[in-house]
Amino acid sequence: MNLDLTDEQQAVRRLVREFAQQEVRPVAEELDRTKSFPYEIVRKLGELGLMGIPYPEDYGGGGADSLSYAIAIEELARVDSSVAITVAAHTSLGTWPIYAFGSDEQKAEWLPRLCSGEQLAAFGLTEPEAGSDAGNTRTRARSENGHWVINGAKQFITNAGTDISGCVTITARTGDDEISNILVPNGTPGYEVGEAYRKMGWNASDTRPLAFEDCRVPEANLVGRRGHGFRQFLQTLDGGRIGVSAMGVGLAQGALDEALEYARERSAFGQPISKFQAIQAKLADLSTEIEAARLLTYKAALEKDAGKSFSLSAAQAKLKTGRLAVRASEEAVQIHGGYGYIEEYPVCRFYRDAKILTIGEGTDEVQQMVIARALGA
Amino acid sequence: MKICVLVKEVPDAAVEKRMDPNTKRLDRSGEKNLNPFDTHAIEAAMQIRESGALDVDEIVAVTMGPASAFRALHKAVSLGADRSIHLTDEALAGSDVCATGYALARVLEAESPDLVLLGQQSDDGECYTIGAVVADHLKMPSLTQVIKIDVQDAGLRCERQAEYGYDTVDVELPAVISVGDAINEPRYPSLKAIMGAKKKPLDTRSTGDVGIDAGQVGADGSQVQCGSFKAPPQKSAGTIIEDEDTNETVEKIMAWLDERKLI
Ligand SMILES: Cc1cc2nc3c(=O)[nH]c(=O)nc-3n(C[C@H](O)[C@H](O)[C@H](O)COP(=O)(O)OP(=O)(O)OC[C@H]3O[C@@H](n4cnc5c(N)ncnc54)[C@H](O)[C@@H]3O)c2cc1C
Ligand SMILES: Cc1cc2nc3c(=O)[nH]c(=O)nc-3n(C[C@H](O)[C@H](O)[C@H](O)COP(=O)(O)OP(=O)(O)OC[C@H]3O[C@@H](n4cnc5c(N)ncnc54)[C@H](O)[C@@H]3O)c2cc1C
Repeated sequence: MNLDLTDEQQAVRRLVREFAQQEVRPVAEELDRTKSFPYEIVRKLGELGLMGIPYPEDYGGGGADSLSYAIAIEELARVDSSVAITVAAHTSLGTWPIYAFGSDEQKAEWLPRLCSGEQLAAFGLTEPEAGSDAGNTRTRARSENGHWVINGAKQFITNAGTDISGCVTITARTGDDEISNILVPNGTPGYEVGEAYRKMGWNASDTRPLAFEDCRVPEANLVGRRGHGFRQFLQTLDGGRIGVSAMGVGLAQGALDEALEYARERSAFGQPISKFQAIQAKLADLSTEIEAARLLTYKAALEKDAGKSFSLSAAQAKLKTGRLAVRASEEAVQIHGGYGYIEEYPVCRFYRDAKILTIGEGTDEVQQMVIARALGA
Repeated sequence: MKICVLVKEVPDAAVEKRMDPNTKRLDRSGEKNLNPFDTHAIEAAMQIRESGALDVDEIVAVTMGPASAFRALHKAVSLGADRSIHLTDEALAGSDVCATGYALARVLEAESPDLVLLGQQSDDGECYTIGAVVADHLKMPSLTQVIKIDVQDAGLRCERQAEYGYDTVDVELPAVISVGDAINEPRYPSLKAIMGAKKKPLDTRSTGDVGIDAGQVGADGSQVQCGSFKAPPQKSAGTIIEDEDTNETVEKIMAWLDERKLI
């Protein structure tokens, strides 16, 4: 495995790092506190071509590889997870099924406005009765006079209810034993986006329940082949895991950055707390774990770029990075003492933002199932 | 018209700088970046072009540096330059300011620019002098620490940041102008520009290509001799006065100044 980043990958890291420091960091606390969606940041990211990083330039995408994409998400999450998940859910969950399985017409219609960040795409898999058990989809779509008529509900959907949300691609039962993917544009009669949830973290990101009541879309809105919906969504989730793994790496690195800086400045017993072995051990362990998690995440991205199977690496990376993010943010709070429990310090937000990483896009237990299955257990 | 922008690859701002006791030069290992001041120079060139006040056909980034310095040129073209020139040659290693300015001037001469822009200072050497040296060789007027450029009929009207305030100076073209960071807010390179950087022409030149006299460059061609180095003395920690009661604070400050016979 070649661990040297290309010139472009390094340039992407530098760009997103500078962007995150200069444009995101100053407003992250306020966006979180006021639970405000980062419209201005999304607009700027779109202008820079960062809302469609891994898609071809012909569709207005960045034409970069999955590793560049992972690096960009990592650098965003290092500063703020709400912004990072907004980009990640849009790119690898919302846009991907249209790019990978959509018809030429669907691609021509949707990809340019999604890659430019003018509109956001959402991915609607989870339902009240179908989370980890995503095959238990209850939402139904019946074919009627050249239309799909959709009835059902989705739960916890990211990016579906912003002012710039363009569409959601959902899983729906198109027969008793058949799940398909259907694209539903925002504003379609019968498609209702519910109130945003009150969440533990990711406060500046948009997460909502969706309801479909006799919602009619043209038959041409089927994404990919009829009956292939479940398989297509599993594939989408595989790629999505690279993005969320990068979020875990970034969040953990951001927590370590904050903890190290604080430890060097804070004194106790007449010396900086960074001089205490107990604190040093935490910092050293974290930096080591983060590097290991980063390499695993990059491996999954490199495999994807090389056209190899990456499901196993992506599941391992997701399992590793989610747990690490939780632990790293907890240790970072610990190193901050009481100040870590106060919202003025970013680690406080990091701590709240970390937990979802062991749940969303497949819980740890689901990753363990995927990994164990690959092992032949 | 043609604008040449001088750019330099420097150690990243986050890298702690140190002198290498053996070579008596700055240790330039570690992560590198385009000199931040030079991004302001490129942005200034872009703004002149985009304002339409002058008809800018071409913006050319020029660097002198080791093989790795092509990255600074990639960044320069991703920020808007149309093409770039990399002067690189073993014979140039160890050049001091005069030698560097001379070598850069030879490259520029071959380009016949109407305007040369550069950063007022590099993040590593911080000599603040390359602009003046280059201008001297090119026999062009030189303006330094410029923080505003307006195009007018006969040339440019520039505002310089001087120690005592601002100078407003009119200059005819061609000219060499070094810019301060207050001049503009550089744009970010877009992803598209990053991905396209390698597609823009990059010419590599050796000393022979541009008629550089090898005796005037490199360690041997440099007049500066480095003796011994000392770290600047550590600043004392200072006294922090908590402002609890402003009257008391003022008294404390007055007493502190009085003690040192400063008032
Ligand atoms: C902020 C946020 C954003 C989200 N964004 C999206 C989105 O954009 N699109 C989308 O489709 N979904 C989204 N989700 C949903 C998320 O993917 C699900 O919450 C997650 O997959 C878990 O499903 P569940 O909540 O139904 O939990 P359940 O599946 O009910 O799981 C409950 C517990 O049981 C465990 N469990 C379940 N099955 C097994 C098993 N076989 N073996 C062992 N343990 C098991 C789980 O690991 C978990 O610990 C989002 C969720 C949140 C909170
Ligand atoms: C004995 C000695 C040996 C040295 N050896 C080396 C060496 O081996 N390698 C080395 O890198 N430095 C070396 N230096 C440092 C070198 O003199 C200066 O870095 C160089 O001359 C430019 O000075 P500066 O960066 O301080 O320029 P400043 O005047 O502070 O820079 C102003 C602007 O000039 C432009 N500029 C500066 N340098 C270049 C360049 N190389 N190419 C294009 N544009 C430029 C940039 O736009 C910059 O913003 C040596 C110095 C001495 C005294």
